[in-house]
Amino acid sequence: MRIRDMKPNEFGRRAFVKTAGTAVGGMILVPGCTRSVGQWRFFADAEATVVKAIAEQIIPADQDAGARDANVVNYIDRQLASVFEKHQEIYRRGIAGVQQTSNMVFEDDFESLEWPQQTEVLKTLENGEAEGSIWETVSARSFFELVRDHTMQGFYGSPRHGGNRGFVSFRMIGIDYPRIVGQNRYKMFPGKS
Amino acid sequence: MALKHVNAVIIGAGAGGGVVAKELSEAGLSVVLLERGRWHSYADIDADELRSQRTPALGNAYGPDDRRYRRVVRGFTGEWQTVVPSEWMYNNNAACVGGGTLSYGAMAWRFMPQDFRMRSTYGDVPDSTQEDWPISYDDLEPFYEKAEWEIGVSGDDSKNPFAPPRRTPQPMPPFSYNKEGKLLYDAAKSIGSHPFPIPMLRNSVAYNGRPGCINNRTCVGFACPVNAKNGSQNTVIPTALATGNCELRINSVVSEVHINDRGRATGITYFDERNRRQTQTADIVVVAASATETARLLLNSRSRLFPNGAGNNNDWVGRNLQGHAYCGAFGLFDEDVYDDVGPGACVAICDYNHHNDGIIGGGLLANEFIRMPYLFAGRRPPGAPRWGKEHKDFQRTYFQRHAAVMGPIQEIPVFESRVEVDPVVKGHWGIPVARISGHGHAQDRKGTDFLSSRAEEWMKAAGAHTTWKIGSGGGPTASGGQHQSGTCRMGDDPKISVVNKYGQVHEIDNLFVADGSLHVTNGGFNPALTIMALGYWVSDYIKNE
Repeated sequence: MRIRDMKPNEFGRRAFVKTAGTAVGGMILVPGCTRSVGQWRFFADAEATVVKAIAEQIIPADQDAGARDANVVNYIDRQLASVFEKHQEIYRRGIAGVQQTSNMVFEDDFESLEWPQQTEVLKTLENGEAEGSIWETVSARSFFELVRDHTMQGFYGSPRHGGNRGFVSFRMIGIDYPRIVGQNRYKMFPGKS
Repeated sequence: MALKHVNAVIIGAGAGGGVVAKELSEAGLSVVLLERGRWHSYADIDADELRSQRTPALGNAYGPDDRRYRRVVRGFTGEWQTVVPSEWMYNNNAACVGGGTLSYGAMAWRFMPQDFRMRSTYGDVPDSTQEDWPISYDDLEPFYEKAEWEIGVSGDDSKNPFAPPRRTPQPMPPFSYNKEGKLLYDAAKSIGSHPFPIPMLRNSVAYNGRPGCINNRTCVGFACPVNAKNGSQNTVIPTALATGNCELRINSVVSEVHINDRGRATGITYFDERNRRQTQTADIVVVAASATETARLLLNSRSRLFPNGAGNNNDWVGRNLQGHAYCGAFGLFDEDVYDDVGPGACVAICDYNHHNDGIIGGGLLANEFIRMPYLFAGRRPPGAPRWGKEHKDFQRTYFQRHAAVMGPIQEIPVFESRVEVDPVVKGHWGIPVARISGHGHAQDRKGTDFLSSRAEEWMKAAGAHTTWKIGSGGGPTASGGQHQSGTCRMGDDPKISVVNKYGQVHEIDNLFVADGSLHVTNGGFNPALTIMALGYWVSDYIKNE
């Protein structure tokens, strides 16, 4: 099966089975146990949940996959543990800030808010008008800009860094997997000249 | 143990240094070529946009790395800040065998005769150091020709009515237009412009034992998977090594040029790949480390006769730093204009390089290289959403329905735009880092406004339903980047230049510069072919000396 014929969720399941197999070394898999402890390199589980929700707002799923399907949070987590080490502090504070704002304005955690409420919270970040004392120690605008940019990278960049799972963004915009170079690539798109 | 004395040591294996290494070693001189980076191939990053030299979100694929390299720059608000190579303000050029030519877009422009005579053409420009070159286009013409044939250029200047005179045609036929190129070619014709295929340092047919281009999407910012793009790493440097007279030492970071009390260069000190300090003595030292690093090295080379750096007794080393102010226009279309035939850039006009009313200089306009998906995610009309559903819709709808026309406008040199060495910050090897400051000339803005308007007209003529302008010159920070130049200006008067017309540092007759630092002005063109031609020009003088 070629990668571009694969549905994102299918790809994810394969990847999961493979990972789980390695991790538990043949132990019986408990159905529904899709997350193991210490899954992330940098994030705490609760933090990853918030970043997933923010990234999904930035690139929402519609007829094509969104940031969640593309595993953008995995991209960000991997980079924060390596080349983005310098951004660790702003992520840590920024995520706490998002929760603080969400609770002050809508009395619930960010990931539990209605979609339009989440959008509203992020817009106040983008405009630098977010409520909460944490934003006195870290710029809401800078944090949002960083997550926005990293989400674009994780969604539109190469899958080798942990995002863009199954080349979902490449398929969305209609370009083939870039390893296939030369004129032969047109054969990748039946019906397209 | 002392290293064996050689005739010439060359610092930097890029466009200029590679050419000089080949010329001198072929002439029988013993040569050591030092490069701070290493060899790279396409396989190092494959088609990974996030590591490309164009959008190094995760660091530069072909160097320098963020771990060991730093610069200090003066930012938009005037404060000094320390930056790493993957940050825009660093003004990076690749650090590897081939330098920028491994991963460049490979446009093969000759400057026009007026580009060497900017003062004569436009008169005295207040608040600038705009000047004529001490050499003319005619002086350099045979060396342009040599560069075109030895390194390999595809093109047909007979299709460009503004092309400078030449004795022989380019060695390979020009590239054909992709879908967007055809559209823009017809549109340019319809508004009276003179479109033609962009000359490229890239094989349109098999040439010199390497294959023709496969129209890869990931070209600019990447090495070529089939070696059809011609840089110094796959042409002049292998030739130099094959002579048996040239030794290439990679991962070698030069800290200082030694100048003795008689005003002669005696050699250099560098840190080798195991960070050991080495001294290489030589009869001749050639610095070709790019406009920023060449200036930094000379400034770090203090001696009794040159207490402020080699060749810097008149405070001109590092001055007049310039790059290009990129400007142009984007357009959105109702139909697909994208056919995935890379590298994308294929059609240009030179209608606006000179003779623009009230504008000093000008620049070429050409369609842009393919924008990869992450880069395109940052390309939106003013006011368009930067995230969310609408942003995604735009990406999906317009990736194959947009085009861009851009050009490098000639910047007016400014004395205050400069490279210095920072008094505090030192890099990995304890060498003071380059510090960059300055600003664009106020007149640059007129040029970019003008050229962007022409680009927008072109885009509208091609049928774009929405267009917007991008880029403006005359900004509050220094310009450099991959087209960095001007910091060791050539000139006849030692008081207002660093080297003579042969790249020989005034007062140090065995120390030469052979890179973009020499440029008095930077033309309205990508500078690589001119840097190569100057490499041949400087070598020719050294060989005859």
